[in-house]
Amino acid sequence: MTDLRQTADPTLSPALRVEALESLLLERGLVDSATVETFIRTYETAVGPMNGAKVVAKAWSDPEYRQWLLEDGTAAIASLGFKGPQGEHMVVLENSPTVHNVVVCTLCSCYPWPVLGLPPSWYKDPAYRSRVVKEPRAVLAEWGTELGPDVELRVYDSSSEVRYLVLPERPPGTESMSEEELAALVTRDAMVGVRKVAAP
Amino acid sequence: MTTPTLDLDIEGPAAPPRSNGELVFAEPWEGRAFGLTMALVHGGTISYGAFRAALIERIAAWEADPPPGEEFRYYRCWLQALEQVTAGAGLVSARDVEERSAAFAHRPAGHDHRHDSAG
Repeated sequence: MTDLRQTADPTLSPALRVEALESLLLERGLVDSATVETFIRTYETAVGPMNGAKVVAKAWSDPEYRQWLLEDGTAAIASLGFKGPQGEHMVVLENSPTVHNVVVCTLCSCYPWPVLGLPPSWYKDPAYRSRVVKEPRAVLAEWGTELGPDVELRVYDSSSEVRYLVLPERPPGTESMSEEELAALVTRDAMVGVRKVAAP
Repeated sequence: MTTPTLDLDIEGPAAPPRSNGELVFAEPWEGRAFGLTMALVHGGTISYGAFRAALIERIAAWEADPPPGEEFRYYRCWLQALEQVTAGAGLVSARDVEERSAAFAHRPAGHDHRHDSAG
């Protein structure tokens, strides 16, 4: 006869613990499976950096939209249909030849979900979270992003309600490109600010 | 609302999309933990603020004393935070989770049959 108390150790696999927690919450009517699965599927398939890339491409193509985006990021982003949890207070940071912005969440993993999806593991990693504040230039150099000494580097910590999206510089040689073509150039890393958008 | 299947094909053509080369959830249980949290927040059963505070606490605790040789596992902290908040709100106690987990660990399908073969 197995004694449950002997086997109920804290090293039980997280998969079992989640399954146990879910079954208890379901039994008690506190969640329903359809809602749980909708959230999972949404963030696996429908929400990701492709959303932010559309925002950036539109800002590069449409000066009025760019201005609105910089003045009221939340509304300008929502106008493209990108809203929801972790996107309620959006601030867009404009990179230029003289200013480079990079974003971190030093305490946990706050990230603008509607435009970038859920954060990658490096963003959640203790090393990135502490080092990008202490030695941002060195961290960016490791990403291949070398900034001249005259470029001001600003590090934004998503520790309050605000979520940041970096508006990268439009690369040279893209003058005749459509919004769709531009969006394909824009990467998640550039919208967090660890990289620049590479010329095509 | 139709209930989508979660029978995910990790390697094949139906593999979930990757976010710049990385799976959104490295293992299915991470997605369940995420989905459960968001469903509870969505239904107003817990607040995201309370969950986030617990997550910050669990991450800080891990960083203050990282177990030797253990890599940082973000969703382990997430799950601990979720358990902390659901227990704190009196929804599901830690003991309930322990007991149910242990019972699941001993289901026939996942059972190691050493005891049977030993007689």
